[in-house]
Amino acid sequence: MATLEIKDLHVTVAADGDGTQPRQILSGVDLTVKQGETHAIMGPNGSGKSTLAYSIAGHPRYTVTGGSVTLDGTDVLAMSVDERARAGLFLAMQYPVEVPGVSVSNFLRTAVTAVTGQAPKLRTWAKDLNDAFERLSIDPSFKERSINEGFSGGEKKRFEVLQLELLKPKIAVLDETDSGLDVDALRVVSAGVNRVREAGLTGTLLITHYTRILRYIQPDYVHVFVGGRIVAEGGPELADTLEAEGYEKFSGTSG
Amino acid sequence: MAPPTTLASPAGERLSGPGSPPLRSAAERLASYDVADFPLPSGREEEWRFTPTRRLRGILDAGPSTQRLKYTADLPEGVELVELAADDPLRTKAPAPADRAAALAYLHTQGATALRIPADVELSRPAIIERRGNGTAEPTWGHLIVDLAANASATVVIDHTGSATFSGLLSVIVGDGARLRLVSLQDWDDDAVHLEHHAVRVGRDASFTSAIVSLGGDLVRLTPTVSFAGPGGSAEMLGLSFADAGQHLEHRLFIDHDQPNCRSRVAYKGALQGDGARTVWIGDVLIRAAATGTDTYEENRNLLLTERARADSVPNLEIETGEVTGAGHASTTGRFDDEQLFYLMARGIPEDEARRLVVRGFFAEIVDRIGVPEVRDRLLAAVEGELAR
Repeated sequence: MATLEIKDLHVTVAADGDGTQPRQILSGVDLTVKQGETHAIMGPNGSGKSTLAYSIAGHPRYTVTGGSVTLDGTDVLAMSVDERARAGLFLAMQYPVEVPGVSVSNFLRTAVTAVTGQAPKLRTWAKDLNDAFERLSIDPSFKERSINEGFSGGEKKRFEVLQLELLKPKIAVLDETDSGLDVDALRVVSAGVNRVREAGLTGTLLITHYTRILRYIQPDYVHVFVGGRIVAEGGPELADTLEAEGYEKFSGTSG
Repeated sequence: MAPPTTLASPAGERLSGPGSPPLRSAAERLASYDVADFPLPSGREEEWRFTPTRRLRGILDAGPSTQRLKYTADLPEGVELVELAADDPLRTKAPAPADRAAALAYLHTQGATALRIPADVELSRPAIIERRGNGTAEPTWGHLIVDLAANASATVVIDHTGSATFSGLLSVIVGDGARLRLVSLQDWDDDAVHLEHHAVRVGRDASFTSAIVSLGGDLVRLTPTVSFAGPGGSAEMLGLSFADAGQHLEHRLFIDHDQPNCRSRVAYKGALQGDGARTVWIGDVLIRAAATGTDTYEENRNLLLTERARADSVPNLEIETGEVTGAGHASTTGRFDDEQLFYLMARGIPEDEARRLVVRGFFAEIVDRIGVPEVRDRLLAAVEGELAR
């Protein structure tokens, strides 16, 4: 069974070129996510949740200064960004990037080819793709558009989940996939994530600021993230406590 | 997340200060067949200050030569490539040379090669003219004329390969109501020098599309100028360049709106890769007092793929009438966007393939607008080749 193991992870973010020192964002994160499990990471703004997501994916802006991340015992931190994705890690981004001139269909075919190691079968690919678009309620005309270009916030998030469904990762990190979604979009996105969970092949790390998405995606574990580390852990009931009481009792601030 | 690293280049950076040339209006441009009207440039003149003139192998002061480009033509029914005598009136039908290099080419070619497309003829497929250079030791002069008569329609591809120290004049006449799509491919060997003035006159209600694709050569400096012979004309100027280490690719456009109700669109994109890769884009648009109802927009976008490459981009719009339909320009020079690279790599796509996707994407809009299938594949392959270097 695939397991992502994060141990005592320390991460700094590069300075913005203004002569300041790199800032410490993560200070000792321990977390284990197994295939089939769903973990919610909840925390106030600025607690380092997104840094955790980007560090797992290997974004060059973040530097790991201590600790380890392994996938089935293999050192993830030694891998390049694309190697991590091919090893089975997936990051659904909070702010998906626009790539002008690269069509969605070309991108998806290239990504599936890279991750599975072989080009998708011509015979079934068109249908698989159409089905995926239909499931996420994305108009098929988007296939010929440039990646994320001119997409609304909700369309970008649905497109992230579409990629999640197509790439079938071992571990999926969803970085505030719920933010900026109206209720209808939230339902569509949650249904997509739940299909992936029900397939049982993916461990899900759901990073969120709000409890709202947890009404649609039931986590097995909830972790409270404050000040760059996990400060409390529990089952789904912990989310209810957070809903009722906020983050104050964990951080002394309202977040 | 860091914001995308798009750096706006200073638009219209024609600063006049100590040691820099004085501002000169585009309206004062000279056009002449007499070489004496264009003094040998010192390199400080506005129109030469970006050009490394020492790499021109003295062609701006060279004499006659027997060396010519080798022409191979693949032409559809109904047209032919003909040789003209030095005094053929067709040689002066298009506007006169706008710089010394072109005036010398006119003088020393002692004749011209002309593609004449008769009135009302619609070519069934592109006319392809290959021009091959035969070495850089001697200067090579050339005068090519594309004469499209009224209401004709044609696509003409001029394909430059081989090696040469070449200065040319390309005279283009688009007759009233005619439609011309002209592609100039610069796919030279590494040591080629190519100077050429495209002197274009667009007829009443005629449509002209130019696509200039510069990939090869040590120094390429093309100066397309467009003027209108009557109202209702349209000019679309497309450009795509890819500069490697040490390469100088310069494109200086001048669109002279001297007739009412004409339209122009300029879109040039350049990628630069390697030490000393250099592109220069000058986009001068002049809307004269008579040119009411003009609609013009020009843009230049540059993508720096590596450090130590330099793109100069100078849009310049002069408007002498208050009655324009539209007039605008845009210029951006940005580094390769690492966020785009990260996004693609986070989906398992290896870095080199991700870079190819982004650069192909950058050029895709221009490639699509060029719209000549025969050129498209060649172009995409050439861009791939550049990226693989």
